[in-house]
Amino acid sequence: MKVGIVGIGHGRFGRRDDCTVQELAFEPFKEALEDCELEKKDIDATVIGSSPEYHKQRSISGVIAEYLGMNPQPTWLTEAACASGSAAIRTAYGLIKGGVHDVVAVLGVQKMLELSTPEILALMGRVGDVQWESIFGTTFPGYYAMYANRHMYEYGTKPEHLAMVAVKNHEYGAMNPKALFQKAITLDKAMKSEMVAYPLRLFDCCANADGAACLILANEEKAKKISDTPVWIAASATASATMSILRRETLTSLPSAVEASRQAYKMAGIGPNDVDVADVHDCFTIAEIMAYEDLGFCEKGKGGKFIEEGQSKIGGKIPINVDGGLKSKGHPVGATGTSMAVEMVKQLRGEAGKRQISGAEVGLTHNVGGIGQYCFVHVFRR
Amino acid sequence: MAFKIFGKVNFTPYTKVERFAEELRDNKLMGTKCKKCGEVYFPPRADCTKCMSDEMEWRSYSGRGKLVTFTTIHAAPTGFDDIAPYTIGVVDLEEGGRLLAWVEGIKPEELKIGMELRAIPQIMEDVEELKVVYVLRK
Repeated sequence: MKVGIVGIGHGRFGRRDDCTVQELAFEPFKEALEDCELEKKDIDATVIGSSPEYHKQRSISGVIAEYLGMNPQPTWLTEAACASGSAAIRTAYGLIKGGVHDVVAVLGVQKMLELSTPEILALMGRVGDVQWESIFGTTFPGYYAMYANRHMYEYGTKPEHLAMVAVKNHEYGAMNPKALFQKAITLDKAMKSEMVAYPLRLFDCCANADGAACLILANEEKAKKISDTPVWIAASATASATMSILRRETLTSLPSAVEASRQAYKMAGIGPNDVDVADVHDCFTIAEIMAYEDLGFCEKGKGGKFIEEGQSKIGGKIPINVDGGLKSKGHPVGATGTSMAVEMVKQLRGEAGKRQISGAEVGLTHNVGGIGQYCFVHVFRR
Repeated sequence: MAFKIFGKVNFTPYTKVERFAEELRDNKLMGTKCKKCGEVYFPPRADCTKCMSDEMEWRSYSGRGKLVTFTTIHAAPTGFDDIAPYTIGVVDLEEGGRLLAWVEGIKPEELKIGMELRAIPQIMEDVEELKVVYVLRK
């Protein structure tokens, strides 16, 4: 039995001082319902993907389900740091696959900007091991900076390569009306921006943002009845890796991503070359370069060359992050995984507008939690 | 609990490996080794992930190791703003395991991956709760 996506909704990402977390969640939920012409009573459960520590409201599933009018159907929260949205998709996928529910709404939502940047840095630093690492003031950019330095040392990756990722994603973000930043940048601007954690500069880092995105999943029978253009989840794969970088065998790759993609390709019966379009977790530019390699889009160590040759651009081998990625859209951590999936559905339906990859049949998302503790890889098919 | 503020306080004295903090105060860097399967741990662990035994013995470390990677943090989290920018290094220790600490006494531009560094116990402030506890030097 297949699981299909029948409805999608995507709110505006950005600084959303204008609403609460539940009001934020309402926007894409309403859009997704309208998209598939379902009523609330047709939905069996709501799974929320979010990272709870950023919210002033505790236990947000309760307040969201109430605001959406989704009582008395079941609701709960899934958490896997920045991959919470994809964790929610997999949870819903499993429920439908196992016959527990027929139709499930997946809502990735995050309101991050109730906190200041130093406070967010402190919280995110704790995604490292608090006993042996965070005590030295590690930060999220700091961890990826350490991956970048090691990648540069082992494979000759250059700061220019990192900046090229930023330039590409900003170019595409300019075509996404839901993105936080809708403006192209130059290589020079990226390379001269303020240092955050050497060698990562401001334009190597995605921005914290508020946002929400929603998917409505259904079992094969219902999906075919509800939609003329269901997008099928061909693989839902995930793996974990150690929390601490002190216990990782490699610092130039995320072992969780390598394992999750291996499972995903096997489950979908495809290889990396069969992917027509992908969204990868570019929380930092180096993360996108590592993703090219971890997903097998290029050889290990050749990620820098891959971006330099334009292989991840529209017209290249595999267009990547043509919605602007986390870099341009902003990264409301719980919403990111669902936002990626919404983009794949749009691409496979042929509804991606100016950034449409023509004839796209297979889409892939790669959503990383923390500094690689979790990775979810989903494959979607028309 | 010493972990009152997210910052420069280590809460190791309140764990199953509290001896680490005590030894460190006496200028000794210690790791653990599983009595059953021989697996070596730095940072020390009280329980062996490999064979699931909880019988460990302590062994001392020279602190010598090779730099695996590093970064200099400019945008600091709450609690660290007063010391930014600061450099963090990760070293593979000669006796096995890995350590992350501040790099002191070396300019960031002089740091080279693969260079030899040494982790040295250091008490930051003379207070009841043991503050961060080792730094990397040449």
